This record gives sequence, structure tokens and C-alpha cells, in this order.
Amino acid sequence: MAVVVIKEKCKGCTKCVKSCPFTAITMEEKKAMIGGACTGCGQCVDACPFGAIEKTDDGKEAADLSAYHGVWVFAEQREGKLMQVAIELLGEGRKLAQAVGCELCAVLCGSGVEGLAGELFEYGADKVYYADAPELKQYTTDAYTKAIYEAITTYKPEIVLLGATHIGRDLGPCLAVKCNTGLTADCTKLEINPETKGIMQTRPAFGGNLMATIVCPNHRPQMSTVRPGVMEKAERQAGRTGELVKLSVSFAEDDIRTKVLEVVKSAKEMVSLTDASVIVSGGMGLGKPEGFDVLKQLAAKLGGTIAASRAAVDAGWIDHAYQVGQTGTTVKPKIYFACGISGAIQHAAGMQDSGLIVAINTNENAPIFDIADIGIVGDLYKVIPAIMEELDKLPEK
Amino acid sequence: MKILVCVKQVPDTNEVKIDPVKGTLIRDGVPSILNPDDANALEAALQLKDKDSSVQVAVLTMGPPQANYMLRECLAMGADEAYLLSDRAFGGADTCATSTTIAAGIKKVPGVDVIFAGRQAIDGDTAQVGPQVAQRLGVPVVTYVQDIQMGDGKVTVQRQMEDGYEVIEVKTPCLLTCVKELNDPRYMSVGAIVDAYKKDITMWNHVDVALDPADCGLNASPTQVFRSFTPPQKGKGEMLSGTVSEMAGALVGKLVEKHLV
Amino acid sequence: MAEAFFTEQHELIRKLARDFAEKELTKEVLDQVEETEEFPEEILTKMAKAGFFGIKIPKELGGQGADARSYVLVMEEIARVSGVASIYVSSPNSLSGGPLLLAGNDEQKEKYLRPVVTGQKKLAFALTEPGAGSDAGSVATVAKKEGDHYVLNGRKCFITMAPLSDYAVVFAKTDVTKGNRGLSAFVVDMHAPGVSCGKPENKMGVIGCATSDIILDNAIVPECDRLGEEGDGFKIAMQTLNTGRLGVSAQSIGVAQGCLDEAVKYAKERKQFGRPIGSFQAISFMIAEMATKLEAAKQLVYKAAYLMDTKQDATLNASMAKYYASEVCNEIAQKAVQIHGGYGFIKDYKIERMFRDCRVFTIYEGTSQVQQMVIGGKLLKK
Repeated sequence: MAVVVIKEKCKGCTKCVKSCPFTAITMEEKKAMIGGACTGCGQCVDACPFGAIEKTDDGKEAADLSAYHGVWVFAEQREGKLMQVAIELLGEGRKLAQAVGCELCAVLCGSGVEGLAGELFEYGADKVYYADAPELKQYTTDAYTKAIYEAITTYKPEIVLLGATHIGRDLGPCLAVKCNTGLTADCTKLEINPETKGIMQTRPAFGGNLMATIVCPNHRPQMSTVRPGVMEKAERQAGRTGELVKLSVSFAEDDIRTKVLEVVKSAKEMVSLTDASVIVSGGMGLGKPEGFDVLKQLAAKLGGTIAASRAAVDAGWIDHAYQVGQTGTTVKPKIYFACGISGAIQHAAGMQDSGLIVAINTNENAPIFDIADIGIVGDLYKVIPAIMEELDKLPEK
Repeated sequence: MKILVCVKQVPDTNEVKIDPVKGTLIRDGVPSILNPDDANALEAALQLKDKDSSVQVAVLTMGPPQANYMLRECLAMGADEAYLLSDRAFGGADTCATSTTIAAGIKKVPGVDVIFAGRQAIDGDTAQVGPQVAQRLGVPVVTYVQDIQMGDGKVTVQRQMEDGYEVIEVKTPCLLTCVKELNDPRYMSVGAIVDAYKKDITMWNHVDVALDPADCGLNASPTQVFRSFTPPQKGKGEMLSGTVSEMAGALVGKLVEKHLV
Repeated sequence: MAEAFFTEQHELIRKLARDFAEKELTKEVLDQVEETEEFPEEILTKMAKAGFFGIKIPKELGGQGADARSYVLVMEEIARVSGVASIYVSSPNSLSGGPLLLAGNDEQKEKYLRPVVTGQKKLAFALTEPGAGSDAGSVATVAKKEGDHYVLNGRKCFITMAPLSDYAVVFAKTDVTKGNRGLSAFVVDMHAPGVSCGKPENKMGVIGCATSDIILDNAIVPECDRLGEEGDGFKIAMQTLNTGRLGVSAQSIGVAQGCLDEAVKYAKERKQFGRPIGSFQAISFMIAEMATKLEAAKQLVYKAAYLMDTKQDATLNASMAKYYASEVCNEIAQKAVQIHGGYGFIKDYKIERMFRDCRVFTIYEGTSQVQQMVIGGKLLKK
């Protein structure tokens, strides 16, 4: 699909030039010209008052895709434990498999983790492809890419989903190149087009300012990574079983070109923002790193955790692990307190689906109030203690 | 040793706003910048050059001719050579097609030993092009690198994980994608800017890097944008009023009402 | 903002200075400077590394090899955030570097100019005296030749950075009978016997850059530290001040831009009678006037720099730029405070500091009245 200007209709109004997020349109002899930076996003098509820009189907011959079947989920495990995102992917994968009318499979790599297959069946996998080798105990790009690539070429799935973790975002791109197919990163919504049965992958782009729905019409498998915490977890059905398919894998000496010398777990407290039901988040409005102590008190009272905006992290006030937003974690707690956070779009992208958003900010015009359910204009150092006082007044349950 | 750093010119997405009425992007006055993670990658290369003056640093980008400005910035930070892959045929590329073009460009730069790139670019946030370039070049890749120790024919790096890091040894040539925790990018200097404008930037099109137009740009992109839209804006919520304790009381009341506490 | 006088290279230099100012000169740093009256040495080190101290100085003398326009851009962007920080930039480029660049021999340039433009040493410019301000000819400090050295006696006042400096260029009379032509310039070691500083002045603005007297009591200066010939002093001082005016004019448009930015931001944020105050014509007209005058001042400053870079006579334009930009800056700062209302009068808002900082711009390096004399004199001479 390319974007083209119909020269006869173009009046040279330059509306499209302003609408393009990628500065791809220039004016030449008073007509719009689509340049090399065009991503085909179609913003200009909507912006043109004269219908002079259209998206064309480039009419590529459709490849034979009929050999590809099934939705695959990469069942990421670390130290023999399934990652939460794998269960979320099974939940989403089930919906997609139903819409397509195919089976849902999990692909598992590791060494001696066959036991996880049972868990995957209970979470809805019809089949589990399992690659077992000592070289797969610890994730390495080369070993995992080889094992899964071989499975894909043998069993030909039509859709492959991976968690957008530090592992999934490493593995996905390598697999996609080997399979010569497309990959859409950090999807927040997946749907099946009822006509083509192809997947429609929606993701934030441009720092969360734009949402784009991406398709992969002529290549298989269609691949996506999905951010942890975005999709609903699959329900566990005790006793549910399925078919275990063992993959034969072997590695030559040169196959794995990296060597993990050491694994260091940070002494930092583990931050589980995605699981928290209450998050008290702070931004530049705190004014100082110690401000997080106040937030911690409120979080403790509500059984929640603290988080931070990118600005506060960049200021060095708090570790990156606490960052919510486009480049941090996506969260959807029941209550999200935004304290001294202006609410820039990249922050909003990571928290706007929260159940209830409470914003506390001294600036009544802060954009955070546009997305908050409840807004309080005031000094957080006065407001938060007042809230805690009110909470203390509530009768014990 | 020559280190090649992949860089990208991106719109500063922090400066982008949405028109609250029309729901469209306001792009006026949004500056184009050197992608932040790429600046960390360049800084890492320059630090190695500081320690060992035999290290050469080259920067390479794919983009429109305007990307020259960013390459000058890289030269003014201390890079020795700059390459721009620019061609209408490269336009509209997804990550898959972009990686083909960049890999072809890197192959043409003489004597590259190690490749650095940023983890991801802020306009797309995909983090895909780095590993994909490595795949196409047939060299090993380590992503999310937060520390680099160069050795003889190998590199030891720290790969950032969600809950710590891994220490990984990788043979050169290899490609590393860098995170911002790696370092603080340096400033240019006035004199280096003056010198940067005396240097040549090598510009290559698809013929120069021996690519068939069918293998690059939109033509070679498996993924396509089906549609794009600005995210729906939530309606404005309720603003509380009164004294601090009145507002706090009202808030807690609402939380109780909604059975949230 | 495409400017007729600038190239892409200049724009990149502006970007460097802007990034530097935004990242390094944070509110916390600037508040601390106001409080302690000291400017952090580590920021000066970073400025030196970024090449801000030797912008126009040729590379072979340790400078950056850029031009007057680059100097203006760096000054403007730094002053936009901090007036006092811009003084540290201007000094080595202009008043302290100028005499050495104009009249120093190779040895003197190597010994004094290189360390100054690379940030290792500080050098002050000591012309003004209790009895000699705008009238440089009436300097009373005397330099008496004795064999291979001079003995200096006298008192200089209002000397910017004097207590922080390693050296000072001191103007003294080698021939008291000759007025202007009896003036000579010397590099004086501030740590030499007979050289001392007075108590730092308690200033209204640009706090964080100590200003004091320099007292010369039988200070010995070797002959090799005289700049140029005996009697060259007045010419050196005037030429230095000529180019120095450009620096103050750039400071002025920088601070004025900072004031305008703050005023616009506040006018959009502050609500009265249920709407942003910027939507009232009274405020919006004030802002329109501020912006227009600032733009006019900028064009004067940029043109003066352009003339210097193209080796054209810039004396008249530099005086016009200094005169107009500094006056307009004060006007803009005053209006910006007015727009802020009561908040403009308290130290919580930046505008209070900017208002104080720019007051000296119409005074130092040639008062507005001296600039008017220069301009008028030039026009009426023929």
C-alpha cells in the first residue's frame, strides 16, 4: 500500500504537509510530493480537503499462504518459571485462534522444563512444541532463534506472538529476518480481519501520539510482540491437557556465538508494576527524590506500589524499573495516582487504561487533568497527608 | 579498529502535542534530533576512541538529505566519518526492509570491526532494526547493552534485563544495541562544529550499495500500515474544589463509593 | 527560525549552546548561585570543554576558530537562561582575551591567552577607576619604568571577576603629561606582591561573579608583560570595548528572550476572571510590543556580528546594537515582571532575577549615553 498524490486534484493548500508526522511531504511546483520518509500511515489522506491523496494497493501477487496454520505463542520461561506475559499471550492467542478457526499452540524452549507443558495446556494451549537442550537452559539469541526458526519452517504457523520483554524483543526481530517476514513491535491490540483472516496489529507510534494498525498481508507467519500487562491473562482450567510435540534440536559448536558468563540479579526491590492494583506515581512536581517517601506512605496504606514518570527517572530520583509510560511499563491498576506529573503523552500512553486516575498537580492546566477521572489542584505535600488522614478515619473492615 | 555507529534522525516526540479539538498531531516547530539511544551508542564508541587513538568511529544513517544535519552533529561530537544512505527507493521501508538497506551500506564501509546502534528510535520504538541488521550481516548481536569492555577479538558486555543484567562475551565482529544507562553523551564543541563542516559526508543510493529497488523500501516491506489514528482522548474528569482537607475528604468518599478502598 | 545572517553551521552552534544551557543551568543550580554568590567550577570546566571560552580565537592559539556570529549565538542562548553564566562566557572571548589578541606578542599569547581560552586561568580587564569611568583618559593609576620593569600604583574599581582572577590587564599611565596617549596596558599577576583585591561588591544582579577593586601598591610588572608599545593603551582599550559591546548586546537579546518566554508562558497559564490573562488585550498588546522590539534588537546585533565577520566597519552598528538591545532588554524585563503581577516581585519566579540581572547591561562596557555619543559623533563628524 503506497500513498500517492492525484496531481489533477491537488490545489497546493499544504494541509498534508502539516499533517505528516514524518515530514515526508514537500511542495514542488505547488503540488504535494510524497518523499522517501513516507511510511504509508495515511494521515495525509484524511487531511486532504480535496480527496487528492489516496492509498493504493500495489497489487502484489499474493503468495501461497495456505500452508500456514495455527496461532503460536512463545512460552517464555526463566529459571523454569513461565513469564506472566506468556499466560497473557495464551489468553489473547485463544481469541485469535477462535476468530481464525485454528488451533492455539505454545512453543517452549529450555532444558528439563517439560513440566511447564502441563501448565500451558491448562492455560489453553492445544499443542506444546518443546525444544529441550542444555544449550537452551539460558536464553541466548542464537540458540533460541535456531530452535524456533526450525520449528516454524517445519510446522508453519500463521501467527506467532511473543512477549515484548527484553528477551522477546531480542528474539522476535531475529526470527522475523530469518523467516523473511514482518514483525510488529509492542502491540496493544490484536484483531483478525474477518474477510482476509489476517491479523490486524495496533500499536502506538511516534511516542504514543499516533496509533497505527499494521497488517502483514503477503508473508507468513505474521509476527507480533505484545507488551506485558496489556492483554488479559488466560483462565486456568485444571486438568486440561493437549498434545506435546518434541522438537529435535542440536547445536554445532559455532551455532551459539555469545556466551553468558554471569547472571546478576539486581539487589533492587523487584518492582511489579503490572500486577499492582494501586499505583502512586510521582513526577517532576515532587521537586526532590525524597518526595517518593511521601508517595510510599500513601501506597503502603492502599496496599499499592510507587511508580514514576520519565522526567523523574531521568532526573535520577528513582530507578528506571519504576518508570510508567511509552518507554517504561504499561500499567492498568484499579487506582492510579499521578502526583506532580504533567501528563505528557508518553506518560499517558502507559497508564491511561487504569481503572480510576487521580491527578494531583499545582498547575491547573496540566494535561494530566484531561485524562484524570478526579483532579485536585494543589500542593501534593499537603494533599497527600490530607488523603491519608481521611483514609485513617475510615472504619476498619 | 573501526567502530561503525548506526544513527537515526527522529522528530523529538516529547515536543509533539495533539490538537485537543481536531485530534490531529501538532508538528509545527517540532525539532529533528539525533535519536537519544543512538547518542549513547556514539558516546560509547567515542569513549573507546578517547582511550585508544587508533580507534576510528564512523556513523551511518538512512534518511532524507536533511539527515546530513544530524551527521554533522555526530562529526562534531567526535566521529571521524559519516555515511548517508539516501534514495527515494529506500522510502516507506518497515524495519525488515530498513535492515536490508543498512546492512548493505555497512558492507560497503571499509574495515568495520564492531557495530553499535541505539536500542530503539523514539519515533517507532520497535527496537527491531539493530538485531535485524546483525542477522542480515551474519554477525552475532547483543541487545540492551549497558556496559562494554573491549577485548582482543571479543567484547564483554552487560546485557540489561528486567531484574538485573547478564554478563555476555561475544566475538567480534558483532553488533551491540545500547541503552541510555550506558553513559552520558558528550556535548559537541564550537571548534568541532567548525571542523565538522570541513569534512565530507559520503552519500550512497541504491546503486552504490548494490541493491535492487525491489529489495528495498516499501516494495520489500512485509508489513504495511493499514490505517493510523490519534488515540481517543478520554473525556475530562471531575475537578474537586474546596480546601485541601475538603478535597481529600471528597476523594476518599468517592473511592469508598466505588468500592476501591 | 531561518536567519539571513546565519549558516547551518551557526544553527548547530546555537543548538549546542541551547542544549548546554537547558541541561546544565537548571533552576537548582541557578538558585544555588544566587544563594552562595559562587558559580560552580565544574560548569565552567564543561563550558571550556564545549569551547565557549575561545569562540572567535584562532585554533592555533587554543581557540575554536569560529566567528563573531557564533559568539553572539552562544552568548544569547546562555544568557537566555542565566545572565551571570553569560558573563563567564563573554570575559575570555572579549574583555580579557581581546587585549591579548589585539596587542599581545606570540610569547604573551601563548603564556596568557591560551590558558584563558581553554579555561585553565581567569583574566580580568581593569580599566575603570573611581575617577575614570566613561572617560578613560583620566586614569590615575601610574606605571613608572625602573630598569627592566615597571612599578604600578593606583586603584581600579568595579572590576568584574577580579577576586577570582589569576591575571588582570591593567591600564596605567606611563606618561602622566599625555592624557589618552600616555596610557599603556600591562598583564599583572594577581598573586604578585603589591597586588590585592578589595571586598567584593554587594551587587543588585548578576550575582555569582564577584566584582571588586584591584589595589596596586608598588606592584612590580616586568617589561615583557607590557602589551604593545608604551602609549598604545588607549587604542587597545577602545578596540577591545568596541568588540566587547557585541557581547553585551548578545547578552541583552538573550535575557530579553528569556523574559519574553516566561511572560508568554505565564500569560497562558495564569487565569483571572475565568480566562487566561493572555486573552486580555492589555496583556497581549504588551507581549506584541515586547516581541517586536526584541526582534528589532536581534537584527541589529546579528548585523553587527555579520559586519565583523565580513571584515566591514562595525563600530557604529556595534554601538547601536549595544545601546538598543540593552535598553529594550530592560523594557522587556520590566513588562515581563508587570505581566507576572505579584509573582514577578518574589524570588520564586525566574523573572525577578532576570529583571535584576539585566539592569547593568545599559551601564557596563560603555553606558547607553556613551553609545549615543559614539553614534552621534560618527554621524555628525563629516
